Amino acid sequence: MMPVPLRPTSSDELIDIVRALGRGQRLAIHGGRSKAGIGCDTPDAVPLDMTGFAGIVDYDPAELVLTVGAGTPLAEVEALVRSENQMLAFDPFDHAPVFGRAAGRATIGGVVAAGVAGSCRLSCGSARDHLLGIRTVSGRGEPLVAGARVVKNVTGYDLPKLAAGSWGRLFAMTELTLKVLPRPPVQATLVLPGLDPERAAAAMALAMGSPAEVAAAAHRPAELGDGTALTALLLRGFGPSVTAKRAILDRHLSDFGPTVLLDGGEADIFWDGLRTLAPLGDDLPLWRVNVPPSRGPAVIASLGAQGAQWMFDWAGGLIWLGFDGDPALVRAAAAQGGGHATLIRGPASLRAQVPAFHPVASGPTALEARIRRAFDPAGIFETGRFGGAT
Amino acid sequence: MSLRMPEPDTAILRRRPDIVRALRAIVPGDSVIDDVDALRPYESDGLTAYRQPPMVVVLPETTAQVSAILAWCHAEGVKVVPRGSGTSLSGGALPLADAVLVGMAKFNRVLGIDYADRLVVVQPGVTNLAVTRAVEERGFYYAPDPSSQIACSIGGNVAENSGGVHCLKYGLTTNNVLGVEIVLMDGEVVRLGGRQLDPAGLDLLGLVVGSEGLLGIVTEVTVRILPRPEGARALLIGFPDVEGAGKCVADVIAAGIIPAGMEMMDRPAIHAAEAFVKAGYPLDVEALLVVELDGVSAECDHLIEKVAAIARADGSTTLRLSRDEAERTAFWAGRKAAFPAIGRLAPDYYCMDGTIPRRRLPEMLEHMRALSRRYGLDVANVFHAGDGNLHPLILYDANIPGELDRAEAFGDDILRHCVALGGVLTGEHGVGVEKRDLMPVMFSEIDLRQQQRLKCAFDPKSLLNPGKMFPTLHRCAELGRLHVHQGATPFPDLPRF
Repeated sequence: MMPVPLRPTSSDELIDIVRALGRGQRLAIHGGRSKAGIGCDTPDAVPLDMTGFAGIVDYDPAELVLTVGAGTPLAEVEALVRSENQMLAFDPFDHAPVFGRAAGRATIGGVVAAGVAGSCRLSCGSARDHLLGIRTVSGRGEPLVAGARVVKNVTGYDLPKLAAGSWGRLFAMTELTLKVLPRPPVQATLVLPGLDPERAAAAMALAMGSPAEVAAAAHRPAELGDGTALTALLLRGFGPSVTAKRAILDRHLSDFGPTVLLDGGEADIFWDGLRTLAPLGDDLPLWRVNVPPSRGPAVIASLGAQGAQWMFDWAGGLIWLGFDGDPALVRAAAAQGGGHATLIRGPASLRAQVPAFHPVASGPTALEARIRRAFDPAGIFETGRFGGAT
Repeated sequence: MSLRMPEPDTAILRRRPDIVRALRAIVPGDSVIDDVDALRPYESDGLTAYRQPPMVVVLPETTAQVSAILAWCHAEGVKVVPRGSGTSLSGGALPLADAVLVGMAKFNRVLGIDYADRLVVVQPGVTNLAVTRAVEERGFYYAPDPSSQIACSIGGNVAENSGGVHCLKYGLTTNNVLGVEIVLMDGEVVRLGGRQLDPAGLDLLGLVVGSEGLLGIVTEVTVRILPRPEGARALLIGFPDVEGAGKCVADVIAAGIIPAGMEMMDRPAIHAAEAFVKAGYPLDVEALLVVELDGVSAECDHLIEKVAAIARADGSTTLRLSRDEAERTAFWAGRKAAFPAIGRLAPDYYCMDGTIPRRRLPEMLEHMRALSRRYGLDVANVFHAGDGNLHPLILYDANIPGELDRAEAFGDDILRHCVALGGVLTGEHGVGVEKRDLMPVMFSEIDLRQQQRLKCAFDPKSLLNPGKMFPTLHRCAELGRLHVHQGATPFPDLPRF
């Protein structure tokens, strides 16, 4: 049977879809398809379009709580909270520009399901830290509610944590409740020019350990910019606080040379580079490597020698790599650094051979498989996109 | 005592000497406790209305011992109850008559401090405050600060996802833990998370935090530490009515300010606290706010004036701004002593822990006053105003027959109303045995069965901390059944494009 695209608009319709699945049929959940290029292609799975679950369900700025349909475009959600001088503090990451498409396609459900966050994840937490409640339809074809619509709750297991980063392999989320926070009125980006990777990581560690409440810390090496390496520190807050934070940083970072304030346009270009990853070019396979921040320099020391292009975010704990060499080298360097590497972008032939997620040599694989089967016993959400069903 | 725990298994009780012998083979010396008098200190936790001496207590000190204990109990079908410092307010560590109590107090070492990556690795028996003590000389601290922080253990904090007065700004335990080593009921040792942000795979760490000792026993914890803020200042703000205080809280947040702490007390709590510690609290107000701002000093000075202006506009009748550390501490003194202060008003009190959307506070308090009259019991309120977490303290006398039952029924009604107003049964104390039977108020049978399937993925024989969190115990085999709809026409009558 040819896969037929489905676009339910209610939980009941979605439950009917799940319950009517024949043996061996799989559902490939998607929102705006901004992440469609991640993982293996899944031609045999039936696309399940979640954009029918769109719209703002409830938003009370004073309660710091927002409930939205999972298929609501991220751009719409961000515009809404910005209109109330608030933000999704986890700095949602839209993958569309990474794949050469315009930002704004991603849905909030997709962003949360991928558990991805941008530069400010370093100080503000990720999607997992801001997801308060979910409504879902499980692989059992049952409506499932977890969490709540208040910011403080420990009633029952914290299923929203499992949902963030589940990549649609447990259930289909239909509605999300997120914590929102006030948007700081002022921000400033300070840079230290000309640091090598080791010194950059040391400067960022020192800044993060200072009371300056640094919101984001990133480093772009000389090869990628205009010939000067830049180590950038983002400060946010009320006007007087940002001035005071800058003074604190200048004191703490005196060994690294004077800090320079970027003007607004330059700062936007720098941080945009970490959202679009354009500085790494669009033709190399793109990797995302997570390690403890202090291990960042060692990872790029080995891969840089092999020709990898790279940038640090999260004070060195997130390494974006453009690299067309042996994928095994990336995975080995990440593991050596105590972390893991995700293949974000690459030709279909590469993705067919190299799993997107770092294979786990040891660890809770059996436990993880039991948890997946608890939500989805027949594996209807196991499309093979991330390798064989566990 | 109205609560029913699972019936003790008489076959297990008959095997007690064998069980003690087996445990002594794993953990030598006096770390296996079976003497009736020596078991007494373990018979309850912070929820003292419930008491049950355990069958036997074992105090392991290595992960290998924990693993061997659990593997043996798993093979032999013996139940296990984990315990940290025993400060749970929901009965999470309440023993069972036929269960081995595994006390984690000997896991008391700080294993490593890494300032470059801003983390500390500790054993789970280390107290919450000891983490901060270990790093404060370098200007760091551990943010979650439950009020029991001098006694409560990090392992217990992980089990309960503990909060504290600063969690609106700095998060709960779950937002400040990077990794754990955990032993599953069959003895398997698993590491979840690590030393970096966003580890690979499903967020099992997020699931384990707050799982109330039902999924495994944590043997090592890696926590994130933060640089100590440059300064902190507080305001003491009194209002002639609760509505004014509630509006002030909402207006502060609407102004883009997230205070480090924002606490509210109602009239009975204010009077009790003032009588106890003479903090200088005003006695002519209906609601008192303690608002604390922290961060760079310039920000504290800037924001304290903004909060003061909001308070004035919202009709405050008392408004004091801390000028120094001594004054800031004094503003907090009454709030921090509120529980013992209220405890002086009656022989016993029962501390509740629901959360509501903040805007519903006035009607919640009105409802509580009506309940207070109906049950004939006084109630005082301490409230984490920033995040809507209520702590009503119900006053009663356990020596008066029926009064504990009445206090519990009163508490149940409060929590039911929290859920009715869009809130939850527990904001930070956990479900434990205390709110177990109220879970269906908040969750459907489908939701509860799914949560129990997760339990089954970790503990298929339901041997670890049974009788907690879930009102009905289903056998895992029964929950595992799947109704597969085969041969049905795929996707009938559905919208397509």
